[in-house]
Amino acid sequence: MAMKVYGPAASTNVARVLVCLEEVGLDYELVPVDMTKGEHKSPAHVSRNPFGQVPAFQDGDLILSESRAISKYILRKGGGSHLLREGNLSEAAMVDVWLEVESGQFDSAMSPIVFQCFVVPMFMGGTTDMKVVEENLEKLKKSLEVYEARLSRFKYLAGDFVSLADISHFPMAHYLLVGPHASVIDAYPHVKAWIADIMSRPSVKKVTELMEAAIRMN
Amino acid sequence: MAPVKVFGLKMSTNVARVLVCLEEVGAEYEVVDIDFQAKEHKSPQHLARNPFGQIPAFQDGDVVLFESRAISRYVLRKYSKSAGVDLLREGNLEEAAAVDVWTEVEAQQYNPAVAPIVYECLIHPAMFGAPTNQKLVDECVEKLRKVLDVYEARLSEHSYLAGDFLSFADLSHFPYTHYLMATPYASLFDSYPRVKAWWQGLASRPSAKKLSADMSF
Repeated sequence: MAMKVYGPAASTNVARVLVCLEEVGLDYELVPVDMTKGEHKSPAHVSRNPFGQVPAFQDGDLILSESRAISKYILRKGGGSHLLREGNLSEAAMVDVWLEVESGQFDSAMSPIVFQCFVVPMFMGGTTDMKVVEENLEKLKKSLEVYEARLSRFKYLAGDFVSLADISHFPMAHYLLVGPHASVIDAYPHVKAWIADIMSRPSVKKVTELMEAAIRMN
Repeated sequence: MAPVKVFGLKMSTNVARVLVCLEEVGAEYEVVDIDFQAKEHKSPQHLARNPFGQIPAFQDGDVVLFESRAISRYVLRKYSKSAGVDLLREGNLEEAAAVDVWTEVEAQQYNPAVAPIVYECLIHPAMFGAPTNQKLVDECVEKLRKVLDVYEARLSEHSYLAGDFLSFADLSHFPYTHYLMATPYASLFDSYPRVKAWWQGLASRPSAKKLSADMSF
């Protein structure tokens, strides 16, 4: 039975899981969850993700939530462990470090920006709160300074090897690139080149298409 | 083997996350204080260890790390075998996934509800004489109740979060929960008997008791 991912492809957390499935080439089924109709809060979905969020994931009897946990499971099971480096203590630690940075710094600054620039006008009929956007762009720039320094020394975040830490950035990076604030990365040439590199991966291109198709349908 | 170094302050929640793992595996370690008053966290030496100028940072020989959850995983991977503990379960795909899920839940669900309560009720008043933002605290208490509903259900099925075995997912909750218990909102746990029992179990571990002595604001 194919693995199942529950959630809309346009969700960054769903896309994170999909790209890992694409990286390892495992069969999967993307099961839609209509968040505009509150389906993520339905008893059926909550039984899979007790916080009523997306994604949820199923592999046989195993049900998981939290995209970064699901991603690791998929990579370990599907022969993608080179993206985690768990055989090497110090390399695995560097992957973990930059995955934490992705979550705690990059995602936390990007999430309100994407919410204000995409979700509010497109799905909620509201107006972008520019104060929130500006505050978070400033936070983002401070993080990008750190990324620029890191990527001036190493080809990828965890070292000279691509890892889940890099790929985990792609969903928010995609929305940054197609949104009104893409030019913020122009001041960070190594970051810009690194993002272009990640976005050119076949797995990332495939999932980006799914994300774009999902947005177009709305 | 030289003791590993943890850069930061013993009362810091994120430092304590690393220390509880070091204690559980019985590793030798040294805490190197960082003087925030003197802006040592922004010094070139510390930024070389933690480019975001935060604590903890960590050093084991040539390995220099930051981000407490990443450091903790490194410690648990390195010392688990010799200590005879298995707190990450990386030998078993499904168990490791469960540990990862509940470690993420701590970071993404529990922590955002608990941390502001701890900061507003304890840390900001103690360190800056700042008044408590009660509106923020009230919002977080509501968030926390919803999170504890999920935890109560989970701990009704298993004795620990990832399953019927203690793991890093449980330990990761120790620092912020320790401080939550020093706020008036400790009593929230009274409505969640399984969560309360789980917490009391964690708090009574030798590792937690030892570290608690240095954790107050």
